[in-house]
Amino acid sequence: MDTLVLGISLETLAWLIPGLPLLGALCNGCATLMARRSGQVAPKPLITFLGVGTPFLSFMVTTFLFFIIRSTHHSIDTAPLFTWMAVDDFIVPFSLYVDQLSIVMTLVVTGVGSLIHLYSVGYMAHDKAYDRYFTYLNLFLFSMLILVLGNNLPMMFIGWEGVGLCSYLLIGFWFQDPEKAYAGKKAFVVNRIGDFGFLLAMFLLYTTLTQQGVDMRGGSLNFATLEAQRQLLAPVATTACLLLFVGACGKSAQIPLYIWLPDAMAGPTPVSALIHAATMVTAGVYMIARLNFLYLLSPDAMSVVATVGAVTAFFAATIGLAQNDIKKILAYSTISQLGYMFLGVGVGAFSAGIFHLVTHAFFKACLFLGAGSVIHGLHEEQDIWKMGGLRHKMPVTFLTFLLAVAAIVGIIPFAGFFSKDEILFQTFMRGHRVLWAIGFATAGITAFYMCRLFALTFLGKSRIDPHKEAPIHESPLSMTLPLMILGLLSLIGGWIGIPEVFKGHNYFHHWLQPVLGAGTLINESAHMHGTELILAVASFLWVFHVGLIALILYSQKLDWIKRCVKKMDWVYNILRDKYYVDEIYDFILIRPIHWLSQQILWRFGDEQIIDGLMVNGSAKTINLAGRLLSLMQTGWTQHYALFLAAGALGLVAYFVL
Amino acid sequence: MNIHWITQNILTLTTFSPLIGVAVVFILPRSQEKAIRIVSLLASLLPMALSLWLYQLFQGTGHFEWTQTIPWIEDFHIFYRVGVDGFSVPLIALTGLLTPIVFLSSWTSIQKSLKEYFIFFFLLEMGVFGVFVALDIFLFYVFWEVMLIPMYFIIGLWGGPRRLYASIKFVLFTMVGSLLMLAAILYLYYAGGQTFNIQELYGLALPLEVQKLLFLAFALAFAIKVPLFPFHTWLPDAHVEAPTGGSVILAAILLKMGTYGFLRYAMPLFPNAVQAFLPHILTLSVIGILYGALVSMVQADIKKLVAFSSVSHLGFVMLGLFALTPQSVQGANLQIINHGISTGALFLLVGMIYERRHTRMIADFGGIASVQPWFATLFLIVTLSSIGLPGTNGFVGEFLILLGTFRTHPSYAVLATSGVIFAAIYMLWMVKRVFFGPLDKEDNKKLTDINWREIGLLLPLIVLIFLIGFYPRFILHKTETTVLKFIDQVHHTQEKVVQNYGAAH
Repeated sequence: MDTLVLGISLETLAWLIPGLPLLGALCNGCATLMARRSGQVAPKPLITFLGVGTPFLSFMVTTFLFFIIRSTHHSIDTAPLFTWMAVDDFIVPFSLYVDQLSIVMTLVVTGVGSLIHLYSVGYMAHDKAYDRYFTYLNLFLFSMLILVLGNNLPMMFIGWEGVGLCSYLLIGFWFQDPEKAYAGKKAFVVNRIGDFGFLLAMFLLYTTLTQQGVDMRGGSLNFATLEAQRQLLAPVATTACLLLFVGACGKSAQIPLYIWLPDAMAGPTPVSALIHAATMVTAGVYMIARLNFLYLLSPDAMSVVATVGAVTAFFAATIGLAQNDIKKILAYSTISQLGYMFLGVGVGAFSAGIFHLVTHAFFKACLFLGAGSVIHGLHEEQDIWKMGGLRHKMPVTFLTFLLAVAAIVGIIPFAGFFSKDEILFQTFMRGHRVLWAIGFATAGITAFYMCRLFALTFLGKSRIDPHKEAPIHESPLSMTLPLMILGLLSLIGGWIGIPEVFKGHNYFHHWLQPVLGAGTLINESAHMHGTELILAVASFLWVFHVGLIALILYSQKLDWIKRCVKKMDWVYNILRDKYYVDEIYDFILIRPIHWLSQQILWRFGDEQIIDGLMVNGSAKTINLAGRLLSLMQTGWTQHYALFLAAGALGLVAYFVL
Repeated sequence: MNIHWITQNILTLTTFSPLIGVAVVFILPRSQEKAIRIVSLLASLLPMALSLWLYQLFQGTGHFEWTQTIPWIEDFHIFYRVGVDGFSVPLIALTGLLTPIVFLSSWTSIQKSLKEYFIFFFLLEMGVFGVFVALDIFLFYVFWEVMLIPMYFIIGLWGGPRRLYASIKFVLFTMVGSLLMLAAILYLYYAGGQTFNIQELYGLALPLEVQKLLFLAFALAFAIKVPLFPFHTWLPDAHVEAPTGGSVILAAILLKMGTYGFLRYAMPLFPNAVQAFLPHILTLSVIGILYGALVSMVQADIKKLVAFSSVSHLGFVMLGLFALTPQSVQGANLQIINHGISTGALFLLVGMIYERRHTRMIADFGGIASVQPWFATLFLIVTLSSIGLPGTNGFVGEFLILLGTFRTHPSYAVLATSGVIFAAIYMLWMVKRVFFGPLDKEDNKKLTDINWREIGLLLPLIVLIFLIGFYPRFILHKTETTVLKFIDQVHHTQEKVVQNYGAAH
């Protein structure tokens, strides 16, 4: 590709996408550190300019490349900027790969990312560490873009752990609070458990290829190399895919590694929107779609992915029913929606999974930013029982939130309807009836808890502490503008993938066809339109009615609800306490390991056995032996003569006998 | 004296260049403290410049480069024989680089017997250089013992409250190992037809049983140094009691003499024994990785935590060496340097906070990121390098080791990989307790951030962390041929011995 744009090659443009946020992070980081030398905060205009400007530029470059790819139908595989690791036949080039799949992801990351950067200007305006915040946020964007654009698994892993680092830093952004610092650490450690799987998968894939003597000079773990050699990988596909899925479970918060995500809500709300809803947590789904050729080799691994996804979707949704913290509800809803995406890619409908990833990025970012606007307006109040009636005081937040709720619930023609129903339809058509039923049921639960959240926050009468009531106002434009854009996208974002049955053209799926091939859609022939229509209508009616009931109950019949909850309080308590999973992990894993390390390995093993008995013990033995032998040195000539005689006798005896 | 002459004698010049420092510090009057510090620092720049130049000159041909042979004690065929390859050159450069850094770090923390302090460090540096350049086992042994003495005094004179116990323990552990090694060296001398020349001894085909005994004698000495589990208990004591500079050199360089010993002597000399003991050493390495990590987790003293983490890190190195694949040995050789950089930096950082608060107990801190943003930032970067985050040096080393190990010993690799989880736990938990949370202790509120001298001395290490993290090839490139030759040597000699052995029967 030697196309030049204003004298800049497409490859250079591709490098600019992650390069610009990196530049922002470096400059902001230096500015922050230099300012701290004199106990100051870096100049805000500078930080804002770099922190928000670089993502926007990056988004513009991405958009440009999108149109290039659209017109040329070529992907851009950059020449290596340099060779990262190279030992013998193991070679990892540092290069990017921009194709139909990664450009979609990049558009989401830079687009939604830029909006959230903009939103942060308002949200974090009064924070003492405004400069540090934008450093981390830019660094996150860089890592995420490397994750998405890297042309090989190890580069994806740089991004993979890089976003984990930024997540750690941003969850614990207000580190003075020990709970927030703890949540950050927990997120990192749980993610590391997932990364353990990711690492092993890379080892396995490389080892398999090198044992077959494959020529890997272009890059040993390049996606292109793996795809070209996929037949050789068939014997290890199941193991490799499952190991990678362990990584995905960590990053994308699926059972059993989802536990870090609810705690991650300790971070600033825009961070929850960007990292813990729209982009980072979807990395697992993206990874599986990227490696679709590998997953297609292993139906077993695929069904594990689909099952875990469906079960997580259901499980997290039930917890969402009984949470009272606005961000916690959204967190469980994110886990649940991610479950849908895994269900999609797990049944082989990769493009449906990615479609839901995109629409989810719109509406979930909108929901989180809306929640942030509410929290901001209510001075850090997060309990939905202490809200209510906000529709008048925060009209823009209210309206945009409504659009996003409609999208996640799945109302025609909002974004979530098309993507979620695509997944359910594909699940059904590919014969996974049980999983479809779980997904269908989850849709109803989702409708219920989202409408509960919406009603308690915006509808009904105000339950706000009267002292806090007076100064409530709508958020500034820097916050409401991103809300409006995302609200609009929650409405129309799904129209890029309207299926034929609704007179659409399935544009999104055709777009991904070159990458995902058969993994896009089951050929929509006319006789399936009937089934598709029935399923879609059924699911619409189901969520519509459940949602309506929840809206009415939680805006008009609060007393009745409270009485009901009291009657079934044991169910409610289990849900509220999240099935006690954290406590179970603590009891069966964390405490035993800590006890083993402290009491057995260190105190007993190291101090008493190895150092006490073996090291100092042998020193004592030698000491004792020395003392015993020194007893022989009595200084009496007679004694020495005696020893001499005894020795001589002994020698004689030895030789004679 | 022209450039050509210097390059021809570069090894000898580098090795003995610290003696200039010894001489000038010796003649300075004791009262001129400032002058002693400045002159020492300047004098340490000479070995640094020479060692870095050597790194530049080194081609990576796979043969010993810049060799020199001068008869020494001819009656016993002892030669002053020096040369370098891809195993020794990075370590020499690291030693040269770290010495000025250590001197800068002792600027205010060392107050007593200044002259002796710097003289011992120069002698130590010379001993270390000697160990790495020697190609004659006798010469190697002399330097090996020479560097023991200054280290003993550094711990014993400038150390903490239990410095005597720690320094004697350090010496005794090392001596026990070295004595057996000396016996083995003498046996080799006669078995090899009265030569100490390592290159000639490589070709020696000894029967398996003899190899096993000799290997054990060498391996014990080196395993104690590394330290391989369960020979590690001298390490936490030595580290905790040693002054900051001592800990840095101990962790960054002295431990590596153990791994270097395996690479240069124990493994290529006794390839069949390597094969025989392979499972045992791999097992001990993996135990060390997990054990070191778990025990680190429960330490209350930051320095002890870092010390135990070394047991874990060196476990990775040993695993890589004995897995004997190009990636694993390259990774291990790189990780030897990485550990020197990261753990060296960690000890420097711990020293800085100790100098301010006179405590290293995790429980005495909390929330200090608020008052020490620079310190916290640099500490976190080094921590991330220590836990092997991609983009830092630690990742490249660990990744290559594990990848290479997976090829030949997948089950060991799987167990070892779980070590990356524990590394994150013990390091980040410590970071959380020291830096995050409320700043609730009066003493901590008055803490001052690190000054420009401290930032300056850390900066080269921080740069290396990222440089190796993204472009490890500037080292891997230089060491690749040596590593491939080494693996070939261990495998090839094995076959030869088996043939000879078969022919004899």
